[in-house]
Parts: sequence; structure tokens; C-alpha cells
Amino acid sequence: MDEKTLIAKRVALELKHGDLVNLGIGLPTLVAQFLAPGVNVSFQSENGLIGLQALPAGQMPQKDLTDAGGSPIGAAPDACAFDSAMSFGLIRGGHLDVTVLGGLQVDELGQLANWMVPGKMVPGMGGAMDLVSGARRVIVAMTHTAKGAPKILERCTLPLTSVRRVNLIVTEMAVIEPTEQGLLLKETAPGVTVEQVVAATGGKLIIPSNVPTMPLAA
Amino acid sequence: MDKLKSARDAVSVIPDGAVLMIGGFLAVGSPRSLIDEIVRQGKRNLTVIANDTARPGVGIGKLIDAKLVRKLIVSHIGTNPETQRQMIAGEVEIELVPQGTLAERVRAGGAGLGAVVTPTGVGTLVAVGKRTIEIDGDTFLVETPLKADFALVNAKRADRSGNLEYALTARNFNPLMALAAARVVAEVEAIISAGGICPDSVVTPHVVVDDLVMTE
Repeated sequence: MDEKTLIAKRVALELKHGDLVNLGIGLPTLVAQFLAPGVNVSFQSENGLIGLQALPAGQMPQKDLTDAGGSPIGAAPDACAFDSAMSFGLIRGGHLDVTVLGGLQVDELGQLANWMVPGKMVPGMGGAMDLVSGARRVIVAMTHTAKGAPKILERCTLPLTSVRRVNLIVTEMAVIEPTEQGLLLKETAPGVTVEQVVAATGGKLIIPSNVPTMPLAA
Repeated sequence: MDKLKSARDAVSVIPDGAVLMIGGFLAVGSPRSLIDEIVRQGKRNLTVIANDTARPGVGIGKLIDAKLVRKLIVSHIGTNPETQRQMIAGEVEIELVPQGTLAERVRAGGAGLGAVVTPTGVGTLVAVGKRTIEIDGDTFLVETPLKADFALVNAKRADRSGNLEYALTARNFNPLMALAAARVVAEVEAIISAGGICPDSVVTPHVVVDDLVMTE
């Protein structure tokens, strides 16, 4: 299993029946494939839709039905469409249960940086700042390191997306929960030791005596 | 009063240096015939308020390709390498605004509100130089309303009086922008007789729409 699939399969277990969920572009999008049978969630697309689905095979794309990356999508039978103010009202107003986003860095305070690398990459924040500020639960789904360098640090060196403490970090090595006391190591991935996680992490981890192995969605 | 115009006539009154709001999200719901006409007429030094600049050769990306834009107020430019190139070269000034804040600043501009008070961006680069206020123990950023000289919006269809109905994710910023500009040009795919759109389905009321242009 590649690392992105593993991360997506772990994140999928965090989604509960009835949740309204926003998945970021890229890795987070994979999560939708691994929901357990009977767990029905609604997916929001911040460009103005609740009820986002993958475009069913063989169905013609509609030019006015796209995800936040501009790709053609399908819509659930209970889908609804709205303008950008309503879309972000849902996000900021506490109506969005979970957002899953990618990350460049997360620090010991649980603060996320994921929208720019000064001097190198300035794509803009799009909806990320509103999502991280407003969602009831923020899950960061990212690789543990970038070219060998830790992405979980004592303090973010890149510009923050929000000062809000994210709720969970899921990587191909571990599940980490930022708490008031610091970063709590909750689980390690199958075949990964606590020592390996510590070695690949730039920030300090709180390590309980027993760290279970990460469960994964089927 | 007949609001129907050619794209050429509707665009001809836009002066160089105008502030434009342009609807659309990665060109979905952008008024493409109006954008083409702006390029054809070569309007220069524009300020564009929009969600993004789509991609080179697509939607608002065409205005960037033609170097007609002096300033952008947008939430995202990551899909358009030419916008990033012009930014780094100092050819275009860019104000990046969180998407939800952008929507509310446009809405505030159109709704006569004096500010947007939002938790988004507190403690980040977005907050630099801005006022914050505390309300019931929480900190909020004070963001200012946005207005434009022209709003160029796209709708699925209009009736002859200018009531607008939108389609799915092509709605996005369009109805917000239709209230926030001195002159509003709506590009539509179909125009039907007055009363043809059920009043409950009208999203943008005809009173704010000045010109109707058919997508070519």
C-alpha cells in the first residue's frame, strides 16, 4: 500500500455517519473511497455545493458541476447548490463537522502552515484559512517528512494558515493529537516503531507507555 | 426597458483603469464572452476582484495573458503560473484574501455594511496592518468592504427584465458581485420572456442588472 492510500484509510475512520465533510484537493480527496458501509457523510465543495460525489462512470461531465479544483463531479440526490457567502457561512459558522487538509508544517502548538513558501510558492490560501478557523474538527493528512526533513516541528517556520490548534495529524507513520500539553503520539503505522516516529519528528512528542498500531479502513 | 446589448457595446463603456468584479471559480461561472471582448478592446490597467485567475488561456487567465491587469484582489493564484510570474516580476500587484473573507467583503460592499468582522486570518500574515476587535472574549479581524465600477457576472438565464437564475457551482461569487458594483453586466446563456423565471427561483433581482449580454 502506498503512503497516501494508508493515510486516507486511517483518516476515513474519523468520519462519522451524518457528518458534513470538506476534503481538500489532492491526498484528502482519496478519503472518500474508504468510508465503511453504512457510514453516509455529505461532502461539501467550497465553490458552492453539498452532495459532491465522484462523477459516475459513463456519465457526461456537466460544465456547471465541478469541485474546488475545477474537475467535473457528480451530485448526490440530496445535493444543494449555493453562493460563496453561504458556502463559507457553513464553514465558519460551525456547520462543517470535519475538514481534511494537506499540510506543509504543523508545530507543537498544533498550528498548521499550508498556504505559502515565501519566495518560492505563493498559490494563495483559497479557502484554507476559513476551513481551519471554522470547521468543528480539523484533520491534517500529510506525509510525515518532505525529502527526509520533518514537517512536524517545534514551531512552524512557514506562514501560518491559522492560530487555531488542529485536532489530529495523520501521516504514513503515525497519528498525533495536538493537545494543550503538546503533541500526543496516539498510534504508529503498521511496521513503524515509536523510535522511528520520534526520529522523523522535529517537535517534541508526548509518548504514552502503550502506543497502539494504527487501524485502517478496509 | 430593453437591457439586451452586444458584448461589444457593454464593454465599450469600461474605461482603462476600471475596477472590475468578475464572477467565476476557476472559470466555472465566468462571463467568457465579456472577457474575450475586454481582450479584443484592449482595456488596460484594470483592477480585478475575483476568486482566482483560472489558468493561462482560460477565463480571467486571458486578461492576465494579455497583461491588462495592474492589480488583483483574489484568494488563489496557484492554478495560473503566468499570474505568479507577473507577480514575481512586479508586473501585477496582488492582494491575497481568504476566500470566505473575499465573499463577505464583496457582500458587505453590496449590502451597505461598513466592515466584515471575521475570525479568519487572526494571527496570520493576513492580519498584518489590520485592526482587530474583541467581542465576548474572542478576537476578530476587521476587514473592509469591496466595491467595483463594474461587475461582470455570468448566469444560466435571465428574463427580459434582468432577473437572474444560476446553475450549480457556476453561481459562486456572481450573485454577491451583482450588488457590489456601480454598473452590472450579466452574461447569460438564455433570455426568456419576463415572468419566465419563477420569482422564488430568481437569485439576483432585475433592479441591480444594467445590461444583459448573450454568451456567444
